[in-house]
Amino acid sequence: MDLTSQLLQKHKKRILEIWMQNQLADVMLRDDLMTNDELRRQSEELLEALARAVTSGNLDNIYSSDYEQITEILSDISITRARQGFSPRETGMFVLSLKQAINAVYEQELSDKPAELYREISTINKLLDNLSIITFETYIKGREEVILRQTDEINEISTPVIRVWEGILALPIIGTLDSARTQIVMENLLQEIVNTGSSIAILDISGVPAVDSLVAQHLIKTVSATRLMGAECIISGIRAEIAQTIVHLGIDLSNIKTKASLAHALQLAFSMRNVEVRKINRTPMSGLGR
Amino acid sequence: MERIPILKLGPFLLVTIQIDLYDRVALNLENDLITMVSKTGAKGVLIDISAVNIVDSFMGRILGNIASMSRIMDAETVVVGMQPAVAITLVELGLTLQGVHTALDVEKGMELLKTKIDIQYGSLDEDEEEGPDDRTD
Repeated sequence: MDLTSQLLQKHKKRILEIWMQNQLADVMLRDDLMTNDELRRQSEELLEALARAVTSGNLDNIYSSDYEQITEILSDISITRARQGFSPRETGMFVLSLKQAINAVYEQELSDKPAELYREISTINKLLDNLSIITFETYIKGREEVILRQTDEINEISTPVIRVWEGILALPIIGTLDSARTQIVMENLLQEIVNTGSSIAILDISGVPAVDSLVAQHLIKTVSATRLMGAECIISGIRAEIAQTIVHLGIDLSNIKTKASLAHALQLAFSMRNVEVRKINRTPMSGLGR
Repeated sequence: MERIPILKLGPFLLVTIQIDLYDRVALNLENDLITMVSKTGAKGVLIDISAVNIVDSFMGRILGNIASMSRIMDAETVVVGMQPAVAITLVELGLTLQGVHTALDVEKGMELLKTKIDIQYGSLDEDEEEGPDDRTD
């Protein structure tokens, strides 16, 4: 058993105490996200695993099987922290503050042997740096998983095709239109046109934050595909800023029917289908289509 | 040699494509159809492609060609029943078939052809009894 692991085993308790003190004293302590007991449990588990891994004498290669357990624990901790909403700094500090605790204990123990102190500290520093890199990797991986899941959810819920009238479909688009979403929107819309035999589709873009040439291109594609199917497409919900951008970018929408609001688009759709909506005096609340 | 039947229906020609169009068949169709238009003096051509699942740029071009040729011969072309996948493919290929009229199904395509011809010639004599067509409201 070499000196590093001996020291670690012997002073485990003290290191843990100093480490916990450091963590609890940190102004960035998030006791709203995690209780102190939980933090203590995690810290103890990690230190235990570290002490065990170091016993093997392998202090360089953290990808060997000796460190399997500790990387697993670290991954667990950082993924949970990513989901709980810890910042990257807080997650990184968790491992880095262990380094400080170990260094402090070593300094006391080896104060009379500077050469060994230097060697031990640099070994442990290297090891913990590697471990904190792993923490970061998994933290980011955890975050990316969250983002991917949310993207999927948005894609699933954000393209409803609504049947507003017999033969008239409406499709409110909310959020930015990229190629992948346009594909989904287009497929949903065309399939719904076939299913319902509708001849008019209203594409409402009031929920689209900005229209650049790419988004416009996607809109034009959708409109062309709808036309090929034999249905007409009306684009509604064009705000003033969007109209300005479109003209400044030199995008030609003159072949496409555009309306300022969904209500106007619906009115146009009604007149295209020879439908009239009017008020009946007897029952003032109901509008009746004929 | 496979050929696609062209049916005469009053002043219109009806073509229903029920096989996958490969190049030779498509070329033959183009030929036959234009010959038929000139022979019968048809005023409209209706092409039903609801059974076509695969389309390539050549087929898209043939459809466009048929429409342009028919226009020169004074006949309107309506393509009906295009599948969503086919429509998306054509758009991605950049073939938006400008100048070709489209409709959801044969019934609606027929109506569309009738109104198109109405606008050109006024009411078609015995074919149309629905009265004058003024849908300008």
